[in-house]
Amino acid sequence: MTTKTTTRITPAKGGVGESPLRPDGVPKLKGTFEYAQDLHADQMLWGATTRSPHPHARIVSIDVGPALAIGGVHAVLTADDVPGRATFGLEHPDQPVLASDEVRYWGEPVAIVAAEDEPTARLAAAAVRVEYEVLEPNVDGDEAERRDDTFRRMRIRRGDQEVQGEVVVDGYYEVGMQDQAPLGTEAGLAIPDGNGGVDLYATSQFVHVDQEQVVASLGLRPDQVRAHPTGIGGAFGAREDVNLHIHLCLLALYTGKPVKMVYQRSESFTGHVHRHPARMWYRHHANRDGTLIRVEARVVIDGGAYASTTAAVLANACYFSVGPYRCDSVSVDGVGVRTNNPPCGAMRGFGAVQVCFAHEAQMDKLATELGIHPLELRRMNALTTGDHMPTTGQLIETPLPTREVIDSLEAMPIMDDGPPDDVTQLPGGTGLTTEPGDVKRGVGYALGLKNLGFSEGFDDFAQARVRLTEEGAIVETAAIEVGQGLVSVLAQIARSGLGLSRAVVKHVDTSRIESAGSTSASRQTQVSGGATLEAATKLRQRILDAHGGDDLNDSGVWRGGELVVGIEELAEAGWEETVTFRHPPTYAPDEDGQGVVHADFAVAGHRAVVDVDPDLGLVKVHRVDTSQDVGRALNPESIRGQIEGGIMQGVGLAIMEELVIEGGVIKNPNFTDYLLPTILDAPDVEALLIEEDGSWGPFGAKGVGEPPTISSTAAVAAAIRDATGRPVTRVPVRPQDIAIG
Amino acid sequence: MIVSFKLNGEETTARVTGPLSLLDMLRDEVGLPGSKSACEQGECGSCSIVLDGELVCSCLVLAGDVEGSEVTTVEGVAGADVLHPVQEAMHEAGAVQCGFCTPGFVVAAVDLFESNPSPTTSEIKEALAGNICRCTGYGAIIRAFEQLAGRGT
Ligand code: FES
Ligand code: FES
Repeated sequence: MTTKTTTRITPAKGGVGESPLRPDGVPKLKGTFEYAQDLHADQMLWGATTRSPHPHARIVSIDVGPALAIGGVHAVLTADDVPGRATFGLEHPDQPVLASDEVRYWGEPVAIVAAEDEPTARLAAAAVRVEYEVLEPNVDGDEAERRDDTFRRMRIRRGDQEVQGEVVVDGYYEVGMQDQAPLGTEAGLAIPDGNGGVDLYATSQFVHVDQEQVVASLGLRPDQVRAHPTGIGGAFGAREDVNLHIHLCLLALYTGKPVKMVYQRSESFTGHVHRHPARMWYRHHANRDGTLIRVEARVVIDGGAYASTTAAVLANACYFSVGPYRCDSVSVDGVGVRTNNPPCGAMRGFGAVQVCFAHEAQMDKLATELGIHPLELRRMNALTTGDHMPTTGQLIETPLPTREVIDSLEAMPIMDDGPPDDVTQLPGGTGLTTEPGDVKRGVGYALGLKNLGFSEGFDDFAQARVRLTEEGAIVETAAIEVGQGLVSVLAQIARSGLGLSRAVVKHVDTSRIESAGSTSASRQTQVSGGATLEAATKLRQRILDAHGGDDLNDSGVWRGGELVVGIEELAEAGWEETVTFRHPPTYAPDEDGQGVVHADFAVAGHRAVVDVDPDLGLVKVHRVDTSQDVGRALNPESIRGQIEGGIMQGVGLAIMEELVIEGGVIKNPNFTDYLLPTILDAPDVEALLIEEDGSWGPFGAKGVGEPPTISSTAAVAAAIRDATGRPVTRVPVRPQDIAIG
Repeated sequence: MIVSFKLNGEETTARVTGPLSLLDMLRDEVGLPGSKSACEQGECGSCSIVLDGELVCSCLVLAGDVEGSEVTTVEGVAGADVLHPVQEAMHEAGAVQCGFCTPGFVVAAVDLFESNPSPTTSEIKEALAGNICRCTGYGAIIRAFEQLAGRGT
């Protein structure tokens, strides 16, 4: 274990370890919290987007005349009106701001309009006349791979490539395309500043990268564009990429008026990237005693038409393809293909979800083959601190309590109380189609491993500023609150760092603070939290030093039991401290995928109990219990919220959530046909938090947002196998996979 | 056309053009953005309101049809500076994350507790089955209302 001295927690009410009421709870409950959808400005116009009805076509001509002729229309813009860089992209700017010569996915933006009201804007968007020469869409990943139409190939080779195990199991697995489906769709408002610049208020997980991309495509100076953190209804990865941001700024600057845009749900399904569908081939070798000897895997993910984060998602899938297990011989080949399917990118779990479904199915297969209990096999091979990552060979220096996760999961009472009395809680639900006597119950386990923070040498940093004011301490940041509770936890960290009980988080725009990085990769509590803690403790020390004090609390600075400076006086003095926090450096891998690629890891385990109606192929997830490595629980209630919400999304992927794509076209871009779990689908959840010192996050905290989503899907799949004896090699599991096999 | 109706206890008039939904009228014409739009087709409950005593999705109601009706939105369930017990229960249970579903849950739960002050867990789930929350996994929402129903642990 690393010996890092964990910063002393200064006692303060509402500090770390507590679960104070959310500061944004009351406005959200009263309906007064301002979301991007709710913004308004005087003289505001509404924007709308003309989208391609084809997954692949050549644009022959665009006639904006019919749209411009509609009364109340102020602007219709196409690719020719983009003054700066014609493309954007989170990692590679390969995606046109507006398509000019070719459209490469269904729903790709071709033109944008601004009009006096929303219906007129939509009417005008539909009136733009685009002549297409329809081309055959390439929707076949194998074909794309053959043509080398790829975003990235990964090759991992570690250890002796010739070893063989005494027992070998093979498997082929598939994961469908999941949507983040944040409840708030994409929305925003851009306001021209009158001097050629613009202020952008839009749904985002990462305002600084939005700002950079707006600057590039509008051809402006960086100081002319300010992106403001804005209220959003969830994210889950869907808001990492730019979608309406550049469009809004183009329209605002062109018309000289504020422009607002809100995507409808169907548009939202084409307006953001999705979780990559994956195909995975695996071979696991083990000895008779259960020791994992070698893992071979091939992972193919479909990135769709544009790069987004496919390269990083693919890398992650490959790095975590073995799971939290020791193994000295590994061979992984991965490819992210380019097709005319919808672009895919970040979603909670970022590549680790897909491979977890596969490696856990393989571990269960091995356990069956060897006659060892699935948890026992996992315990025997558990990867832990001091071991080397099976894929990259990286020495794991931060705490990785895989064994504790397994032991505690096993020790949790199973609460197997048989099928519920309430028939609506049976697999057929309120349809009452299930005969209670037919129900088969199954139990399944899964473990998942994930990196925390950005990897592969990315300069991952966050800036935060802590100020003392009359309102108490203020934490200034551009880190986005997506619902996870950042506004609580950063304030708690500031309180504990300063020793003061009054602290609030204030979001500031990109011109007033440096980047906090993306609210993704489970990273903000660690990285922005790290910056906040360092700023708070430094500020406390500077104040104490300046006044020769030995304590600081809500009354002021104390020396030898006497108050020497009152808190009001401190507030007036304008004390502040700004810190940029960086996590331990990571490096790009070598050509065999080896190296110190990650900054930290988290492990979690899930045990799912399901009831299955084998005749109808219906599944009810009865309960999902979990044990999760959290480093330090800074806000137990928020962590529980992340765990329950993450499990629900994992259950969704296991049994119901899939974007159905046919010939590149999304067939179910609405909430009637894209099924989301409701309260009737919610399993009971018991959660154990495993705490250990030694991670570099504030007070030893680890990120907690993604692990709940990673192995919950695999655990549900395992439970369905247990109940039915079916192989379940694909998620979401469809009724026919169970009823017919 | 102009429609007149009682909104959160006050006589209100609003201008309606075309096939405007009640949700859009509330949000854009009347200036009450508390009701949220997340699916525009009656699937998510974010736009839940009470119309003449009935819990409905305001995205499915034509604005022109509320002439002479009584409408209660999230803004009307409690006074400006107070929380309704339903809101308090959600706040304390940590049932709010991004909050986009929250107004819909508040309105639906207020409606439930008005007709049934101590619902069972099954009754709670059934009453809220039309409200989607993407963040919480529903656990904290269920705990909030079990607590309020006097069934909490
Ligand atoms: S917006 Fe009305 S039910 Fe979804
Ligand atoms: S809190 Fe985000 S959708 Fe419910």
